[in-house]
Amino acid sequence: MDFKDTSEEATFRKEVDKWLSDNAELKEGPNDSLSSLTEEEALLRAKEWAAKLYDDGWACLHWPKEYGGRGSTPIERVIWGQEVSKYKVPGGFFEIGQGMAGPVLMMYATEEQKKRFLPPLAKGEEVWCQLFSEPGAGSDLAGLKTKSVLEGDTWTINGQKIWTSGAHYSDFGILVTRSDPDAHKHKGLTYFFLDMKSPGVEVRPIKQISGGANFNEVYFTDVKIPDDQRLGAVGDGWKVALTTLMNERLAVGDASGPDFEEIFNLACKQDLNGDLAIKNGSVRDKLADWYCQYSGLKYTKYRNISALSRGETPGPEASITKVVSGNKLQEIANFGMDLMDSAGVIRDETTDNEQSMYQYGFFGAAGIRIAGGTDEILKNIISEQVLGLPQDMRADKGIPFNKIPTSNK
Amino acid sequence: MNFEFSSDQMLLKDQARKFLEGEESLKKARAILEGELSFDESLWKSVVEMGWTATTIPEEFNGLGLGYLELCVIAEELGRSLAPTPFSSSVYLATESILANASNEQKQKYLPKLASGEIVGTLAHTETNTAPTSNNLQCSFSNGQLKGKKIAVPDGDIANFAVVTAKEGEKVRLCIVDLETKGVEIKTQNSLDPSRSHASINFNNAEAEILDNDKDGWIALETLLERAAVLFAFEQLGGAEACMNMAKEYAMGRFAFGRPIASFQAIKHKLADMFIAVELARSNCYFGAWALSTNAPELSTAAATARVSASEAFNECSKENIQTHGGMGFTWEFDCHLYYRRCRQLAANIGSQTIWKDKLISSLERSNKI
Repeated sequence: MDFKDTSEEATFRKEVDKWLSDNAELKEGPNDSLSSLTEEEALLRAKEWAAKLYDDGWACLHWPKEYGGRGSTPIERVIWGQEVSKYKVPGGFFEIGQGMAGPVLMMYATEEQKKRFLPPLAKGEEVWCQLFSEPGAGSDLAGLKTKSVLEGDTWTINGQKIWTSGAHYSDFGILVTRSDPDAHKHKGLTYFFLDMKSPGVEVRPIKQISGGANFNEVYFTDVKIPDDQRLGAVGDGWKVALTTLMNERLAVGDASGPDFEEIFNLACKQDLNGDLAIKNGSVRDKLADWYCQYSGLKYTKYRNISALSRGETPGPEASITKVVSGNKLQEIANFGMDLMDSAGVIRDETTDNEQSMYQYGFFGAAGIRIAGGTDEILKNIISEQVLGLPQDMRADKGIPFNKIPTSNK
Repeated sequence: MNFEFSSDQMLLKDQARKFLEGEESLKKARAILEGELSFDESLWKSVVEMGWTATTIPEEFNGLGLGYLELCVIAEELGRSLAPTPFSSSVYLATESILANASNEQKQKYLPKLASGEIVGTLAHTETNTAPTSNNLQCSFSNGQLKGKKIAVPDGDIANFAVVTAKEGEKVRLCIVDLETKGVEIKTQNSLDPSRSHASINFNNAEAEILDNDKDGWIALETLLERAAVLFAFEQLGGAEACMNMAKEYAMGRFAFGRPIASFQAIKHKLADMFIAVELARSNCYFGAWALSTNAPELSTAAATARVSASEAFNECSKENIQTHGGMGFTWEFDCHLYYRRCRQLAANIGSQTIWKDKLISSLERSNKI
């Protein structure tokens, strides 16, 4: 048992480190980022960075070389991730495209389409979004209703998607639709990709509880998609969507925001009732709980990496990360503000201070517990896929989709 | 990265599990719980024959000279099977305190017999229902004699000798006392978990030797408890996982409202919560095992983290296991209460959760490194 790299891993890490230190700036602390940029500036910087990665052969490590990737092993991808997290680099625009759309295109698109779309995606020239959730289909994604009708070689799409991150700056999107409402729920779906500039696509931003607007509603009114942009067979959309979602769990990482180190440091310097907060028993009790979670997640990750290093596939154990870290963030954010007593509620968005870090975490945590699989769905996944418990009894099995109840009326 | 037990260690763990299942350890735990005896002598003999008591004792003292990682995997299986033996007292506490503190002569005297299971040792530390500190210890040592009373001594009525904390003037000492000697009075105490025996011990000018080699006895004790905490944590981890699996098996087979209760989300989420607690504890225990086996500077933090995390996991799993079983879980006949009891016993044995949480934060304050 040790934390050492194998010699191949060490060589690779050295190579990564060399390139990063030549091309990027080290972070000053764990929360040192480029978050103060406007979205437009951030996108520009991210595109420049992606192009640089591509030119030097560091784009899309897990993709085959022929499509612009590096053809790396999973453990090399992990090492890259560990090293790059020490640097202040732009990000946040290509995760869906490179992490989810790319792999699906590789499995289902024609060779010609792969050659057309994958390299620009690897290079960061084109941004992709994921058009899955709908107002009536979130956790129950297969309940989606956006309609697709085939006439000749062209599909016509009508309906609405929601929670689409980055739709307002995306060039392309992956889309799941209902092509046969008379079929059973999971049988009548069909999967496409489309140009987001197509006539009839309307993107409306959604204002979030934090005040920001990273995601959107997307309306489709008689949008035309050629049949050759269908991925997978007609009616096989659910199967294709599951492939995408498997990759989503790898793409969605830890909750970002104040973690143990930040709250510990705050407690070490903040006064509480005439003494340092860290001397208070109730504070120590909470800190110990969070440290156990923090440390538990850290070493769970190391166990997963060890499995990769041995060439094994890590188990679905990884699914505990988001449940634990989202809730931990919410508690830590609350407590950070609590340590600031009555003043913790005052918001000054013009300064980038410690207080605002906890306040962002307070809102961010409420979102992370929902995005990419709610706590409840993740617990279903753990109980069904890890522990092997049976699925819940369902009211929507064995009947055509259009006969499934959708309200009390 | 290789943050995992080796295949040999996993094999040892697998053998340990099968061996303890074959020995019907759980049934024996119930028999001890219901009967008059303090431990299962035949199981203890088998454990000794497996060489487990000799695991970390060097070969020069007739031990196996294996590492702590091996002891960790054995501990997990002993915890899983609720083995009713004095293993934790004799190995994690007594053997360890001799390995760390004793003179060569003392090692010669005790270690070979501990390895062969000829003698059993324990640690006698608790005196009242207040956690012991270097100030409130009442037991005293002077001129080679020990005076005072210890209570809740694990396996105190089984052990042949005890390592005893006592004050010599202002100084805390670790003393070693032959429990068959004159001036020692042992009384078995009832406890929440009679499958693991406890006793009170009165020392009335009993003959004793100093064990701590003139180190600061309190620091020697703290180090001993830290190292033991990792091993206790593995027992707790094994117990926690056993409870999770019991709850799962029961929920799959028990039908209500025309379906297995395992198909209800309330039960599924309960089991997912147990899984999360076990998984976090397992990862923290592995870190503790690494720190213990390499004597890493992170040991204080790692040990307290493993201990707190595993106590929490066992608590969560043993109580929710009863809950999942419903009324059946509350009956004497089902084994749920055996784990519920053992959970409390292990959580109490080397100090409370509150104390360990405090130690964890103190260690982080000292190390300036998270």
